[in-house]
Amino acid sequence: MSDQPFPALRVEDLHKSFGSQQVLKGISTEAHKSDVISIIGSSGSGKSTFLRCINFLETPDRGRIAVNGEEVALKPGRGGRLHPQSWRQIERLRTGLGMVFQSFNLWAHRTVLENVIEAPMHVLGVPRREAIEKAEVLLHKVGLFDKRDAYPAFLSGGQQQRAAIARALCIDPAVMLFDEPTSALDPELVGEVLKVIRDLAEEGRTMLIVTHEMRFARDVSSRVLFLHQGLIEEEGPPEQVFGSPVSARCREFARLSAH
Amino acid sequence: MSFTWISSYWPLLLTGAWQTVSLLVISVAFGFVIAVGLAFAQVSGGRLTRLLARGYCTFFRGTPLLIQLWLLYYGVGSLLPMVPGIRQSLFWPILREGFFFAAVSFTLNYAAYEAEVLRGALLAVPKGELEAGQAFGLSPWKLIRRIWLPRAIRIALPTIAGEIVMQLKATPLAFTVTVMDLYAVASKVRQDTLLVYEPLLVVTLFYLALTAVIARVFRGLEAQVPVRR
Repeated sequence: MSDQPFPALRVEDLHKSFGSQQVLKGISTEAHKSDVISIIGSSGSGKSTFLRCINFLETPDRGRIAVNGEEVALKPGRGGRLHPQSWRQIERLRTGLGMVFQSFNLWAHRTVLENVIEAPMHVLGVPRREAIEKAEVLLHKVGLFDKRDAYPAFLSGGQQQRAAIARALCIDPAVMLFDEPTSALDPELVGEVLKVIRDLAEEGRTMLIVTHEMRFARDVSSRVLFLHQGLIEEEGPPEQVFGSPVSARCREFARLSAH
Repeated sequence: MSFTWISSYWPLLLTGAWQTVSLLVISVAFGFVIAVGLAFAQVSGGRLTRLLARGYCTFFRGTPLLIQLWLLYYGVGSLLPMVPGIRQSLFWPILREGFFFAAVSFTLNYAAYEAEVLRGALLAVPKGELEAGQAFGLSPWKLIRRIWLPRAIRIALPTIAGEIVMQLKATPLAFTVTVMDLYAVASKVRQDTLLVYEPLLVVTLFYLALTAVIARVFRGLEAQVPVRR
């Protein structure tokens, strides 16, 4: 289904440890255009670390990452761990990855609109007028146009997360990264955020979603990764991972989280 | 109570107020710039810069401002004329004035206090907001300039207002190095007219008015980004 010769995101053999704790033990995956990949697993399985390694909020110890066909140049540093050769390159590649955080992380001293136009204007160099036009379209889409001049502290959690999604969309990322986007929300606010993400999936956005919302993962994903102790334990279309998983652990996890 | 002296002394009072305000503005403006450097040196510098910055703050916060001022005025002040060519230089008329030493001394002192305030504020900016900046590709410099520092200044605003008022109240020390500030004017009126109480009262009103202006300005600044309580 892809019209480009390379995947939007390619990850190979990703390793990461914190101290003596090995969190990722060799994860490889590919996301092609319009893939929606859900990453599930119990807490501590390395899901969030995996996502944070992709845009180098955590520097992986080993592995290869390529965004839109451009591979991150890494060089071995002290202790055999890898370091980016150029943070400039990382900064550039990050603009291809729209990150949405569990705790929203909107900039509290900026209005919603200012949050959304920050990266387009000051990283990508889009002229202000153009950035605002685009931001307003996106804010319409996530249902926050009337809140564009509000400060984040005056929005509900669900509204903040939708604003954060608009902020991530405004850099036209090749891949959207969602790090448990609904985990910090009150139950009655989860739906409005999931609906926005669902709409994006239907539009054909390429997305990686770390989530605990199993029903949602089952509905929107083209592929599901089940992580266990830093490895991909089960991988496949949602019907397989949730319906007839090969791994006993995955079966157990799917059974427990079905409620 | 006699206030008849005011009619002949008001030009001097205004000069005094001007000197006081100048000292305050100069020390706060330059001190703030130095403080930003000192604060970042402590928060994200290497071991040596961190140590130096902390040493600076400890020294200037740990010794009386009056002594710092005198060390500068009588120490450096007596060495300066020995620098070859300095008496002929363009800056000599400024460098030989007590005002110059008061301004430098207040600046260095204010920087130390402000650096501590900013250091705390920088650390109080939620880590997630900085990560968001990184995740969207902001370079370290832009992250500081557009997110970290402005966010920290907002957090510190009420404390900064307090520090500036403290700084205003430190300015009368300049009187001891021949600066004709508000307090020096009061002192001169006393010498000339033998009135003790009245000039002090008038000068007090000036200080109160200045404090009110500072408080007003900062209330305006704080209102720029409403905070939800």
